[in-house]
Amino acid sequence: MSHEATTGNAHVAHAHLDSHGHAHAHGHEHHEQHFITKWIFSQDHKVIAKQYLITGIIWAIVGALFSVFFRLQLGFPEDTFPIMEKFLGHWAKGGKLTPEFYYALVTMHGTILVFFVLTAGLSGTFSNFLIPLQIGARDMASPFMNMLSYWFFFISSIFMFVSLFVQTGPAAGGWTTYPPLSALKEASLGSGLGMDLWLISMALFVVSQLLAGLNYITTILNMRTKGMKMTRMPLTIWALFFTAVLGVLSFPVLLSGFVLLIFDRHFGTSFYLSEIFIGGKALSHIGGSAVLYQHLFWFLGHPEVYIVMLPGMGMASEILSTHSRKPIFGYLAMIISLTGITALAFVVWAHHMFVTGMSPFLGGIFVLLTLLIAIPSAIKVFNWLTTIWRGNLKFTVPMMFALGFVSLFISGGLTGIFLGNSALDIHLHDTYFVIAHFHLVMGVSAFFGMFAGIYHWFPKMFGRFMNNTLGYIHFFVTLAGAYLIFWPMHYEGFAGMPRRYYDYSAWESFKQFGHLNAFISVVVIIVFFTQLLFVFNFFISIFKGRKVTNPNPWGSTTLEWTTPLHPGHGNWEGDIPEVHRWPYDYKDDGQGNDFIPQHIPLRPGEEEH
Amino acid sequence: MTQATTTTAEIKKWDGGHSPFNLSYGKIMMWFFLLSDALTFGALLISYGTKRFFSNVWPDSNHVFKSFPGLGDKNLPLMFVSLMTFILILSSVTMVLAVHAGHYKDKKAVIKWLLFTIIGGIAFLSCQCWEWVHLHGEGAWWGSFVDPATTPKASLEHFYNPKVFAGMSIQDGVNATTSFFNFFFTITGFHGMHVLSGVLLNVMILVNTVNGTYERRGHYEMIEKVGLYWHFVDLVWVFVFTCFYLL
Repeated sequence: MSHEATTGNAHVAHAHLDSHGHAHAHGHEHHEQHFITKWIFSQDHKVIAKQYLITGIIWAIVGALFSVFFRLQLGFPEDTFPIMEKFLGHWAKGGKLTPEFYYALVTMHGTILVFFVLTAGLSGTFSNFLIPLQIGARDMASPFMNMLSYWFFFISSIFMFVSLFVQTGPAAGGWTTYPPLSALKEASLGSGLGMDLWLISMALFVVSQLLAGLNYITTILNMRTKGMKMTRMPLTIWALFFTAVLGVLSFPVLLSGFVLLIFDRHFGTSFYLSEIFIGGKALSHIGGSAVLYQHLFWFLGHPEVYIVMLPGMGMASEILSTHSRKPIFGYLAMIISLTGITALAFVVWAHHMFVTGMSPFLGGIFVLLTLLIAIPSAIKVFNWLTTIWRGNLKFTVPMMFALGFVSLFISGGLTGIFLGNSALDIHLHDTYFVIAHFHLVMGVSAFFGMFAGIYHWFPKMFGRFMNNTLGYIHFFVTLAGAYLIFWPMHYEGFAGMPRRYYDYSAWESFKQFGHLNAFISVVVIIVFFTQLLFVFNFFISIFKGRKVTNPNPWGSTTLEWTTPLHPGHGNWEGDIPEVHRWPYDYKDDGQGNDFIPQHIPLRPGEEEH
Repeated sequence: MTQATTTTAEIKKWDGGHSPFNLSYGKIMMWFFLLSDALTFGALLISYGTKRFFSNVWPDSNHVFKSFPGLGDKNLPLMFVSLMTFILILSSVTMVLAVHAGHYKDKKAVIKWLLFTIIGGIAFLSCQCWEWVHLHGEGAWWGSFVDPATTPKASLEHFYNPKVFAGMSIQDGVNATTSFFNFFFTITGFHGMHVLSGVLLNVMILVNTVNGTYERRGHYEMIEKVGLYWHFVDLVWVFVFTCFYLL
C-alpha cells in the first residue's frame, strides 16, 4: 500500500491522478478517454513527450531545409536553382537567393535548431518521457502545468512559423539578435515585423521552459518511489535535472534582455542604443550600450549550450552502459562532473565576447573559467570510454549513435579549448572555425544523443521497434557526413574565412575554398535526405514497426522497463515498484541473466554497489 | 516552520527516501520559481547599475522624489516613497498573520488578514500610479529628455542636486536623465506588474477561503505558497527602493 504514497503526494488539484494511484487494485484506464483529452490536451507525461518530439521533428525538417537553401548559395554562388523559387517565391527570384533572405535563413536555422529542436524537442521529449518512468512516479508533480508548458511552446512555434511568411521576412539579425540591428525597425528588412514576432515567440518560449523546468525539478526531488535515493537515480535523470536547473536560472535573464529590447524597439528608450546613423541621418538614441545586450544574452546563451548537451550526455551514459552490458564507470564522478559543468556554465559567458572591447583582464578570468570546463568534460569522456572498455558490446542502432555522440563530443570539444583562449580568439572569432566547433559539439553531437535516445526508447514509446537497416544507414551516412561537412570548415576558419557572408567568391583570399564549399554543400544535401529517411522510419515504424514482445527488450535495469508494454496514464498497473539497488547492476544474477533490474531486492549476502 | 510541516498532509506520505527539503512539491516549485524571478530582477537591476557606473552625473533622488500628493510644492524628499514602502511592508505583516491563521485553520482570521493584505497591495499600486502620473507631468517618460538640441537645460533642473547641475553639460544631463527614467519606469513597472499579479492571486485564494475550499482540503497550504510570492515581491521592492531612491 505504501506506493500510492507518491501519488498521494498530489494535491486535490490533480485528484485525477490520485484516482489512478488508489484505483490500482482494479487497474486503470478503465474509462475511455475522449480523443481530445487523450491525444491533444493530454496531461499524460508520455503523450506530452511525444507531442514535443513530433513538434521538434517538424521544426528540425524546416531548420535543416533552410541550411540546404543557404548551402546551395554558398557552394554554388554562380548558379541558379529554380526549385528554390518554388519554395521561397520572390526571395529567390529566378532561383537565386536574395542577400536579405540569406540572412533570414541563417538566423532562422540557428533559432529553430538551438531553441525549438535541441531545447524543446530534446529535453522536452526526454524529460517528460523519462523522469516519471525512471524515478517511479505516476506522472509529473503538476500534470496540468506540464500540459500548459507544451501549449506555450506550441503557441510560440505558431508565432515563429507565421514570421516566416510575413512580407518583410523573418528576423534576419543572426540567432543572437544583437542590437542595434535587432532594435531598429529601419535597420534591415528582417528587423521589422519579423523581429517583433521573433521576440513574442521567444518570450512565450521562455514561459514554456520555466513551466517545464519547475515541473522537472520538483518531480525529481519529490516524487521518487520508495528506495529511489538521489544516488540510485539513473544518470539520465541526473542530467535532465541539471538541464532543468540551468533553464530555470538562465532563461529569466534572457527575458530581461528581451524586455529592454522591446522597449528600445517600440517605446523610444535607448537601453542598447547610442549614437547611431542610418542613411547618413543621426538617430536621437543616446546613452545605451549594445554590449549590455550581449552580456544578458550570453548569460543565457552559454548555459543554453549545456541545456542542449546534458540530456545527450545522460542518455549516452545510460545507453552505453546498457548496450555494453557493463556498469557505468565512475557513477559518482559522472554526477560530480555534471554538477561542475552546471556551476561553471554560469560563469563563462563572456568568452563569447572577447572581441567586444571588454577589459582584457576580465577576459583573462573568463579564459581560466572556460578552460576549467575541460576537466569535468574530460572526466565524462574518460568514463564513457572505460564503460565500454572490455564490455560485451551490442552494436545496436542506439549504441551506434551513443558511440557517435562520444566521438563527435571529443572532436568538437577539443576545438573549444582553442576558442576559449582570448588571444587565439582574436583570429578565430566569427570564422568558420567557430561554425565547425559548435556544430560538431552542440549541434551534431546533441543530435546523436537525441537519435540514440529515440532509437533506444522507441519500443517504450510506441510498443514497436524502428527498422534496423534504415537505422544503420542513417547512422553511417550522418556520422560520415557530419565529419565531411564540418572538418574542412576548420581549415577555412584557420585561413580567416568569416561566417555569415553571402558570397565568398568575391574575395580573392577565399576563392581557393570554392570547390571545398561546393563539396560541403553536396554532402549537406545527402545528409539532409538521410534525415528524411529517419523521419520516414520513425513515422512508419509507429504503425508498422516490428512489435515488441519482451517488456524489457534491451535487458535494461531501470524502472521504465517494468511497466506494461503499453503503459496507460499512471504507468504501472499495480503498485509502483520499490527500488533496492543502483541503476547499473549489469552482472550475473545467478539465473543466467547478465543484469539485475533496480526493483529486485538484494540477494542474501549481496552488497549494494 | 514546524507547524508548516505538520499541517501539510502530503509530507507524511513522503516515501522516496529523504525528501531533500522536507517540503511539498508545490512549495518547492514556488521556491524555484522565485529563484528564477530573482534572476530576472537581478538582470534588470544590474543593467541599471552598469549604466549608472558609466555616467558622469546622475539625477538626485532627493530632488526627483520630493513631492507628496496634495501638498503642492512643499519639499518633502522621499516622504511619499517611504509611505509606499511602509504600506507594502505592512501588507507583508498581514500576510504573515494570514498564513499563521491558516495553520490554526481559523477561517475567519484568514479572511480578515487576506483582506488587509489585498487592501495594502491596492494602496501600494495606487501610490505608484500617483507617482508615475506626477513624474509624467514633469516631462519624464520612456524615451523622454533624449535630444540635447531640443531639451532646455532648465527642464532638467529639478531632478538634480544644484551643485551638480551647475557644472553639468547638457550632453551628460540628457544622457543620464533619459537613462534614469527609462530604467525607472521599466523596473518599477515590472515590479508593479508583480504586485498586481500578487493582488490577483490573493483575491483568488480569498475567494477559495470564503468558499471553504481549503477547509475541505484540510489545510491552508495555498495561503503559504501565495504568501511566499507576496514576501518575495516585497523583498524585490526593498532592492528596487534601494537602487532608485537611496543610493
